[in-house]
Amino acid sequence: MSGSYAPSELLIAVIARLLEGCRHVAVGSQSPIPGSAALLARELSRADPGRGEREPMRVSVLGSRRNNFFTSGGVELFDLAAQGRIDAFFLGGGQIDGEANINLTGTGDWPGTQVRWPGAFGSAFLYFLVPRVILFREEHTRRTFVPRVDIVTAPGTSREGVYRPGGPHALLTSLALFSFDQARRRFRIESVHPGHTLEEVLDNTGFDFDRPPLVPQTPPPEPERLALIRGPVRDEIAEIYPRFALSLAASR
Amino acid sequence: MTRICSLTELAAAIPDGARLAIPPFYASPAMAATRELLRRGVRDLHLVCVPQSDIQADLLIGAGAVRVVETSAVTLGELGSAPRFTAAVRSGALRLVDATCPAIHAGLAAAQKGVPFMPIRGILGSDLLAHRPDWKVIENPFAAGDAIVAVPAIRPDVALFHAPLADRDGNVFIGRSRELLNMAQASATSCVTVEEIADGDLLADPARSGAVVPAIYIGRVAVARRGAAPHALAGAYDADEAFLARDAAAARSEDGFRAFVDEWLGAP
Repeated sequence: MSGSYAPSELLIAVIARLLEGCRHVAVGSQSPIPGSAALLARELSRADPGRGEREPMRVSVLGSRRNNFFTSGGVELFDLAAQGRIDAFFLGGGQIDGEANINLTGTGDWPGTQVRWPGAFGSAFLYFLVPRVILFREEHTRRTFVPRVDIVTAPGTSREGVYRPGGPHALLTSLALFSFDQARRRFRIESVHPGHTLEEVLDNTGFDFDRPPLVPQTPPPEPERLALIRGPVRDEIAEIYPRFALSLAASR
Repeated sequence: MTRICSLTELAAAIPDGARLAIPPFYASPAMAATRELLRRGVRDLHLVCVPQSDIQADLLIGAGAVRVVETSAVTLGELGSAPRFTAAVRSGALRLVDATCPAIHAGLAAAQKGVPFMPIRGILGSDLLAHRPDWKVIENPFAAGDAIVAVPAIRPDVALFHAPLADRDGNVFIGRSRELLNMAQASATSCVTVEEIADGDLLADPARSGAVVPAIYIGRVAVARRGAAPHALAGAYDADEAFLARDAAAARSEDGFRAFVDEWLGAP
């Protein structure tokens, strides 16, 4: 069917738009959709006639041999971030609240007496240092989007005076895209994905957020971008996520 | 001087109660040596995961060999959470020292340089800080009002990892995983398993010498073919996905885990 696309392809296209203009995007482990989006954004930047003398976007994917120049594993990732050499990164969270605090530690009391998750990874550092942190969490429920996280693994905002060139830029879920207003410490809904409604988003979000009088629909992926996703992007991401790459092929 | 020894002797050189530094799955953990440690019945380890761990920590924790785990995460990746780790955290059987990846690298860097602490950005306002009394917030001595976190040096007793190759003097080739050099330099000594021992001097080969951990940091080297398996060794073999999946399923219950580990320890 012409014009049809998978939900993952919509999310890839949305993230690629959020990455426009970045010089260097880094992607953590277990992130097939952000990884594909970064590779799509790189394809678009290579083809951008307005780029002029600027170098095309660089993408570093953890776990990749081809798309990763690191020779000291994570050490280099964190050093690059601290120096301002990474423009965008992705974080998730078992819980995310309305002030963009994220919890990767667990629920209940410290250190996760009800449910224990793997742990902070680099979040408590990268959230401060990478200018465009895109929060990506597909599951959009009141279980994940809570009024207040049980444990603040990494805070969404910091008091004045704290060295913090980075922070939350957007939140993307299976239902909607939000931006984050640092000054107001609040999310604002930017668009609802096709097939979903604002009511559905409100019903499934445990925190308050701002919204325009009329919430637009998330634009579907453009045909030429879908072709890139199903072509070069799929071929590149297959190196580390072969099963995910097959799912993109299946939607052809 | 580095001793080239058997795998059993290498494991015996890691005492009960040791503060043991281990790498993550992508930097070839010494899994054959881990099995040897479990066969010996190693106890009371203080694991320093650099900066996170996976099946290696989960096996050691599930077998009751670990008293403290200092880590930024323990996970089985795509296979889900690490069941023995999460069970031990929830039951309180394990002392968990939660960190964030770069704080572990910073602590090791301090040990490497022989300084007591390393300042690190970020972390302020995280609940991690409230639960790390050994992490201090100090003022940048060069800029008034600039608060920064100081983490103490992390000096493991032993770094344990696997690598492709060593020479007879104990120089170890680590390829692109240069964080293993940081780990070895920060630790009092290192126990390393390798696929093979090469003739000649690895430091004399200009194509390899930049990716060598010099013997001064290495206490023991033992040959263990496929010594990182079920993890991959870059350029040599892929991960044993079937084994990893069987472990992840078995470790969901205490009994399942016991049976799985007994079978693993009994295998040749």
